[in-house]
Amino acid sequence: MIESAVSVLAAMMLGLGSFFMISGALGILRFPDFYSRMHAASMTDTLGTYLIIGGLMFTAGWGLPLFKLTLILVFIFFTSPTAGHALAKSAQLSELRLGGEQSGSAKPGAGGVHSDQHPDSRDLARADRV
Amino acid sequence: MTTKKSVKATDSGLRYSLYLSLVLGLIWLGNSGHYSPLLLAFGALSVFLVVWIARRMRVVDGESQPFHMSFRLLAYYGWLFRKIVESNIKVAGCAWRGRSAISPVSARVPCALQSDLSRVIYANSITLTPGTVTVSLDKGELLVHALTESGIAELQTGEMEGRVARLDQ
Repeated sequence: MIESAVSVLAAMMLGLGSFFMISGALGILRFPDFYSRMHAASMTDTLGTYLIIGGLMFTAGWGLPLFKLTLILVFIFFTSPTAGHALAKSAQLSELRLGGEQSGSAKPGAGGVHSDQHPDSRDLARADRV
Repeated sequence: MTTKKSVKATDSGLRYSLYLSLVLGLIWLGNSGHYSPLLLAFGALSVFLVVWIARRMRVVDGESQPFHMSFRLLAYYGWLFRKIVESNIKVAGCAWRGRSAISPVSARVPCALQSDLSRVIYANSITLTPGTVTVSLDKGELLVHALTESGIAELQTGEMEGRVARLDQ
């Protein structure tokens, strides 16, 4: 009885996890520029992965596989934001940088469209200089 | 006075080395699954080697192993997990509704946190919640890119920063 409840729970978690993975992929396809695609990708890194590994943990039973799945979860939890930050930072240091400098006209505080790379990005703050 | 201080420093260094050996040993035992004397000896040897290298690199300290905040850190991650679930649902909604649902925006968010560790935890937490990414981490402020303006607005309320600040006390 409990066993079937656990496997139903695991199946639900795996299904939900797959839903978030697909949503992430859809976001990557649909969103217009690099930075907003990163947000979609971080969905697959966080809840999608957590739910799938959590579901696997319920099916694994007590033992070493459970411990290893926990370790995978912990490592993904700590490494994925680091990788995401490295990606964003390197984009910032390349030609995809945020702010109006790349189009050559640094108009501080001017909201609105300012570059071809990411037409939907606007600056709330002044043009960003690092 | 100075000798006493240095003695104390090596003491805490030894304590952190012990912690590190314990954690590494547990990871080794959990991943190996073989418990013959020969393999256990190899495991102990590799743990010793890693701790030795880490000590030479001077990375064995309270910053790499924040045990002084472990329980508060667990409570914080519980709170952060709820945030992650909420923002995942929001971003998934945006993904399904398409381009019209998003308004990507970047802004500089002030960050008054002092220690490197808490600033890294704060920046990592921002990146971990979908919908906001820390692009760069400077003294006194973070450059954050968000999928919608509400993401920036939520950071500017300072709730997350306050919780991170309380970790370090």
